[in-house]
Amino acid sequence: MALSDIVAAAEAAVAAATTAQQLDQVRVDYLGKKGALTEQLKSLGKLSAEERPAAGQAINEAKQQVQAVINARNDELKQAELAAKLAAERIDVSLPGRRAERGGMHPVSQTIARIEAFFGDLGFRTVEGPEVEDDFHNFDALNIPANHPARADHDTFYFTPKTMLRTQTSGVQIRTMEQEQPPLRIISPGRVYRNDYDQTHTPMFHQVEGLMVDTDVSFTQLKGILEDFLVNFFEEELEVRFRPSYFPFTEPSAEVDVRRKNGQWLEVLGCGMVHPSVLQAVGIDSEKYTGFAFGMGVERLTMLRYGVNDLRAFFENDVRFLKQFN
Amino acid sequence: MKFSEKWLRSWVNPALDSVALSEQLSMAGLEVDSIDAVAEDFSAVVVGEVIACGPHPDADKLQVTKVDIGADEPVDIVCGAPNCRLGLKVAVATVGAVLPGDFKIKKAKLRGQPSHGMLCSNAELGLSDDHDGIIELPADAPVGMDYRDYLELNDVTLDVDLTPNRADCLGIRGIAREVGVLNRLTVTEPAMAPVTVTHDQERAVILAAPAACPRYLGRIVRDLNVQAESPLWLRERLRRSGVRSIDPVVDVTNYVLLELGHPMHAFDNAKLEGAVQVRMAATGEQLTLLDGNQVTLTDDVLVIADEAKALAMAGIFGGADSGVTSTTTDVFLESAFFAPAAIAGRARRFGLHTDASHRYERGVDPELQRTAMERATALLIEICGGEAGPIVEAVSPEHLPQAAQIVLRKARLAKVLGISIAAAEVTDILTRLGFAVEEDADAWQVTVPTFRFDMAIEEDLIEEVARIYGYHRIQAAAPAAQLRMIARQEGKLSAVSLKRTLIDRGYQEAITYSFVDPKHQAMLFDDVAALTLPHPISVEMSSMRVSLWPGLVGAVAHNQKRQQQSLAFCETGLRFIPAEDAENGVRQQPMIAGIRAGKAHPEHWSDGERAVDFYDLKGDVEALLAMTGEAGEFRFVADQHPALHPGQTAAVFRGAERIGYLGAIHPQFEKKLGLNGRTYVFELELDGLVNRAVPEAQAVSKYPSIRRDLAIVVKQSIAAGEILAAIENIGVNHLVGLNLFDVYQGAGVAEGHRSLALSMTLQHAERTLEEQEINAAVAAVVDMLTSEFGATLRE
Repeated sequence: MALSDIVAAAEAAVAAATTAQQLDQVRVDYLGKKGALTEQLKSLGKLSAEERPAAGQAINEAKQQVQAVINARNDELKQAELAAKLAAERIDVSLPGRRAERGGMHPVSQTIARIEAFFGDLGFRTVEGPEVEDDFHNFDALNIPANHPARADHDTFYFTPKTMLRTQTSGVQIRTMEQEQPPLRIISPGRVYRNDYDQTHTPMFHQVEGLMVDTDVSFTQLKGILEDFLVNFFEEELEVRFRPSYFPFTEPSAEVDVRRKNGQWLEVLGCGMVHPSVLQAVGIDSEKYTGFAFGMGVERLTMLRYGVNDLRAFFENDVRFLKQFN
Repeated sequence: MKFSEKWLRSWVNPALDSVALSEQLSMAGLEVDSIDAVAEDFSAVVVGEVIACGPHPDADKLQVTKVDIGADEPVDIVCGAPNCRLGLKVAVATVGAVLPGDFKIKKAKLRGQPSHGMLCSNAELGLSDDHDGIIELPADAPVGMDYRDYLELNDVTLDVDLTPNRADCLGIRGIAREVGVLNRLTVTEPAMAPVTVTHDQERAVILAAPAACPRYLGRIVRDLNVQAESPLWLRERLRRSGVRSIDPVVDVTNYVLLELGHPMHAFDNAKLEGAVQVRMAATGEQLTLLDGNQVTLTDDVLVIADEAKALAMAGIFGGADSGVTSTTTDVFLESAFFAPAAIAGRARRFGLHTDASHRYERGVDPELQRTAMERATALLIEICGGEAGPIVEAVSPEHLPQAAQIVLRKARLAKVLGISIAAAEVTDILTRLGFAVEEDADAWQVTVPTFRFDMAIEEDLIEEVARIYGYHRIQAAAPAAQLRMIARQEGKLSAVSLKRTLIDRGYQEAITYSFVDPKHQAMLFDDVAALTLPHPISVEMSSMRVSLWPGLVGAVAHNQKRQQQSLAFCETGLRFIPAEDAENGVRQQPMIAGIRAGKAHPEHWSDGERAVDFYDLKGDVEALLAMTGEAGEFRFVADQHPALHPGQTAAVFRGAERIGYLGAIHPQFEKKLGLNGRTYVFELELDGLVNRAVPEAQAVSKYPSIRRDLAIVVKQSIAAGEILAAIENIGVNHLVGLNLFDVYQGAGVAEGHRSLALSMTLQHAERTLEEQEINAAVAAVVDMLTSEFGATLRE
């Protein structure tokens, strides 16, 4: 058989091979120890010395040619095999993932966290305190002596005439001022309690109170920081107004109303300049230092911010309500 | 303080409409809560006169009338009111009238008789709840006049929510003064001239407690006709202030209270014996109040007494035995100044709150008593006739409040407000407020009139200046302060960061009430006596929580009732453990707690579903413990807790200190707590978690690590945790990882035993470990397990 015919036959066999095994058989058949081309080399001996190099070279070239075809086919088969494997591994990427459900922070906590962040950036430290409080820290030190009419307004949950659930977090400010001298910048978030339960009152709710005492703290600054806060809290240019009011522990005092687009005035804050009696009661020189204080109802701010209509939803803990804030 | 706008405008009449006036008052610190029409809408109601009145031929209870309404012809009206009678002046809804409730008056026939209109009761006009017959108008009411005009019903009631410091505005006089100041208008008081004294009978007054009552005026007014009716204008003003008309004596004292802000009291003079004494009650002294309740007094309660007995709680409530009745002819009128400190808190202690106590405990003008007395006497005589006696005034001048002298320093005003207001404007404001002002270089010397008894210190004046100047005119400024960093301790974990870990693991943060149902709490914590609220909202909210579990259980039960079955809640907050040595007798301890029920994860097409179990919860707790960077410090120890399943309870220890529990709610409580199935809870003391190890870096080994697996068989009663702890404790050389990866019991393992498969990872920091070192380490572990736990190697 002519060399070219062997090569042609080999190439046909390579092309016909569809598996790695078949291809290897082709290799053995043509290039193996007893393969057709290897056999051709054995016939070289019959040739003359002059013919031998040319014939040898022709056979070697034929072998290389066949080897190249085998290699190429091998690559093809591997590609095909990989493609088949990948095709078999195709999945439905639209099936739901194995997601670990994430929970969420209570909206009241989220509001407290936002308030802490706004004031924290200005150097206000967060301070917490006890919820069962004594009448000194909840009332007396705040310039609300026994029998003061303001005490009646508080609907206090008393345990004894001397101990109660705190009606405001101001006691924390007193505790802080008892320990530290100005300059002071603190906010005190937390639970407070009033004996009142209806559409607009729950017996427990949250307040954040703030206090700044320093040598030159003034009413203009109180206005500045609270306007700044409200605009940032609501993230809109709303109208803010300060309305004269009365709290025993501040003077001058104000209530702060906001009006959002096309809305009514809504009261959101109480504030004022710290009453000199409060500073004196904790041993701070009220001539040298002045301060401002403010307090806000967290639930009310949360309701306004997120459009919650029913105050009581905050404490029912219905997950369908809570998950809206996740 | 509720009052008729027209009444106020009769004192001072600014060129502002009702809304603008209310806004102005609110912005001056007298917050107007509401503006309400004094009468509902109705039209075509006129004053009429019954000029003919006879029985209806076919109906016993009806009368047939002719009523003159000022038109050409009288109108026929059938009326069912028993007080309908000839000559009566009435309010007539004419044909075409529309009454409250969109009730239209049309021509009608009642049992065959024509009726072209209706004679109205107050209730039908929406003026009061009074259904007792038709309105009876005074004889001088002009026939044909529109009833709204006649009663001046085009008026509103303003409700001002006064702060406790502004008791001076608890009367028209005070509000009018404020409106005058704000609008620079003169206030016109009604004439209150002294009444002519026409008899000389008097009753002595003894001030036995002059600090509590430094001024007391008494006067006998004789020969009154208490059957007389208060005039319509007076009754209307009372009605618009929300005060019911009772009888002329009560009406007049109420009127003076609303007009001047000064409470008064009238005694039946015939029931008093000898001199009136203003004294402290004797402890145990009894008094029957006007409402019929008997109270037992204490010696800090001021009473008005005569020589025999206590007559009234001074400034709070009158007594039943000395009160004015329908047979009274002579009254003893009281107009007194009681010190706020002597009144404050007393009413509340007896469960009382009266218009008088409201004012006296906040303060009244100590110079107003005589004016009030003259005003009341004049009104009383005008209505009831009678004779005024001389006023007896007992006074203890040294106990009377003095006009306050306050220095307002210019520098202080500027420092507190942060702005500089022109001195002339400050002087003007203070002067307008009625204060006597002398300005010098540095300050204003201010003398405050007695009606502004709330002024005592410099800040009071600063507030007054700011208020009248206008808060809106004080510009805003950024606070200035020295920059100083806040300490942030890397070695402390915040409650929020711990909570966030739970949230990331699927927990929803709950906020539950700090007071819980004592029944539920006692069930779960039968060994802790909780703090109880004496006056709770309800019994179910009366016990201070000793754990966050009762609240969280309630949250789960609430949701399960609403088809939400798979739930995970966490909460942080205080628990309240009574403890005598703690401040205020209660240890208030911050806790972090969680609860899980239902499925471990949402049902998934690949992983199916699985009920949450103990180890899910333990994994969550372990995630929290790991945040401390010292997970090895913590141990879980099988334990018992009254709330929990006895076989599924672990106590969590940090070192030697127990910081909390986790486990399954005891199945016997599930139903009683409203829980649907197995529920797992944990609770840890925050103080046990907040300390975090600040990392101290170690070099990472470059050499290969070797893993060796061991399968051992031990008795089931041996806790796996003890085995793991024992391996770590014997100090295996180069052990960098230890994991329990399989637990097996069943075929091939003896009854009562189980097989535990452990992997140990060994690695040297500075070189590759030798085979014999590895073998020696493993052998040491096996030897220890054999001797300590009776373990055998599983083949």
